[in-house]
Amino acid sequence: MRTAIEDLQVTLSGRTVVSGVRIVAGEGEVAGLVGPNGSGKSTVLRTVYRHLRPHAGRVVVGDRDVRELTAAEAARRVAALPQERGSDFELSVREVVAMGRTPYKRAFAGDDGRDAAVVAEALEQVGMAGEGRRRFSALSGGERQRVLLARALAQDPSVLVLDEPTNHLDVRHQVELLALLRQQRRTTLIALHDLNAAASVCDRLHVLHRGAVVASGTPREVLTPALLAEVFGVRAAVVEHPLTGDPLIAFDHRSPVAREVPVA
Amino acid sequence: MTALATSRGEEREERDGPWRPAAGQVCAVLGVALLVALTASVCLGSTRVPPGEVWSAVVRGVSGQDAAPGTQDLIVWRLRVPRALLAAVVGAGLGLVGTAAQALVRNPLADPYLLGISSGASLGAVAALVLGLGAGGALGLGLSAAAFAGALASFALVWAVARRGGGFRPLRLVLAGVGIGQFLSGFTHYLVLQAGDEQQTHSALFWLMGSLGGAQWATLALPSAAVVLGALALQAKARALNALLMGDETAAALGVDVARLRRVLFVVTSLLTGVLVSVSGAIGFVGLMVPHACRMVVGGDHRRLLPVAGLFGAVLLVVVDLVARTALTDQELPVGVVTSLIGAPALLYLLDRRLEREH
Repeated sequence: MRTAIEDLQVTLSGRTVVSGVRIVAGEGEVAGLVGPNGSGKSTVLRTVYRHLRPHAGRVVVGDRDVRELTAAEAARRVAALPQERGSDFELSVREVVAMGRTPYKRAFAGDDGRDAAVVAEALEQVGMAGEGRRRFSALSGGERQRVLLARALAQDPSVLVLDEPTNHLDVRHQVELLALLRQQRRTTLIALHDLNAAASVCDRLHVLHRGAVVASGTPREVLTPALLAEVFGVRAAVVEHPLTGDPLIAFDHRSPVAREVPVA
Repeated sequence: MTALATSRGEEREERDGPWRPAAGQVCAVLGVALLVALTASVCLGSTRVPPGEVWSAVVRGVSGQDAAPGTQDLIVWRLRVPRALLAAVVGAGLGLVGTAAQALVRNPLADPYLLGISSGASLGAVAALVLGLGAGGALGLGLSAAAFAGALASFALVWAVARRGGGFRPLRLVLAGVGIGQFLSGFTHYLVLQAGDEQQTHSALFWLMGSLGGAQWATLALPSAAVVLGALALQAKARALNALLMGDETAAALGVDVARLRRVLFVVTSLLTGVLVSVSGAIGFVGLMVPHACRMVVGGDHRRLLPVAGLFGAVLLVVVDLVARTALTDQELPVGVVTSLIGAPALLYLLDRRLEREH
């Protein structure tokens, strides 16, 4: 579903964290949010999955403002993979994935055959079929993220929201997870630290800096040496990826762009 | 595609997981165990009564017949049956409330006793007695209301202290709960001593350690109703409780109104604790141990965990009370003494395991 973030402003304990943010992800489009730490990426995403309430502006998913929907209605449209890690309570993999059915269920309703099928299919999609009985807390970081993605898929959402899904994963698991995402062909909003990953996975990128969108466009349009210097404070060349043809950012790890000189 | 995925999934799903019995079977076993424990609890004590006589006394009691001459009907029907039933009700309630509290604070070290909620409830109840508000009808409604208010207030205080500086770590929460609990218990002690002989109902030991010695038929109705309603309220929220384990943001994304769920859990936890404390004092550690033990058997899914924890809590407290009554020949121990003797080492073990994992 087309998702439009319109003139979003979020204020947390008196401080305006993001303002005037406009981001549109078309049907089936992967929209990437990039920016330095504290630029407001997570805050924007949290308003999409209704963890935070916008101070001004709105988030429209399909034809409706998410705040006009009930919590369950919103969760049937939007599924999210937040950064939090959860806690160890002896849940099995299948139980975690089955949580994705929560917005479809009334109080006291059990899981029916359709729920079981959806859960099995979600596990299959992330390559975890047959692992349903394992303890969630015993999984590796990569497996864990795949299971959490399966939980989001079990929500059968029109829109996926992912906040740094590749954090703490090794390169192979990063690549696998992002490839899995591309296969989904669902409207996706994803925050990513890794600009090269963002350049290859996202259809469009939105660069956040100090709570505002400072650039939007295709990765090729957005990721320029000038922007990287200004927003991220790094010197970099942007070349063509020899294998994929995507923009590839080659950072100069030796000399950062001069910022305010830190006080020793 | 879906059918294929399912059959293949199930076929392969048998490996690499702990074996888990079906919740229905576990509940059936626990149900039988509860009947056996209740019967044993009524049979054994200073006077032994054979099981056959117990059940015929129960039948006579239920049907309202007079005591058969030459039997132990009076002991059985007036003393031991209500006491065994109260143990079951309180145990079930503590198991449920511990499970809910652990999900609410997302911390398996939580329990109404450790979190200071029971201490708040005790203080509320004692304050009401000293101020003469305790009467409140035969059901003990006034006492329970005061205990509920105390429970809610202390829970809110512990919550606020533990959350200062954002987020909460397990140890911080337990320390806040134990600290505030001790503080409130000090007050309770003081009030009980001050009241002296005028405070006829119960001793300080009753409120601070817990006891089932005051069980009567008249005091059973309110806690039974509270436990049944609490169980239904929690069962209705079982999926939401699961979601809450993953974190507030995940729960929100799964369509759970987290703020409202927290409020409901706060009230249900405090209400149950208040009612239980007003009839049995502050019995520690049952709410901590029961959910842990049950998770090991049926896993962490609250749809299965809640009924199992309620039943197991009932069985456990009936057995513990039987031990407390019969361990010493000349006197009986308060049930809370026995739960502390079992529960405190269990807590130390859990803390140790947890800290080890964090480092």
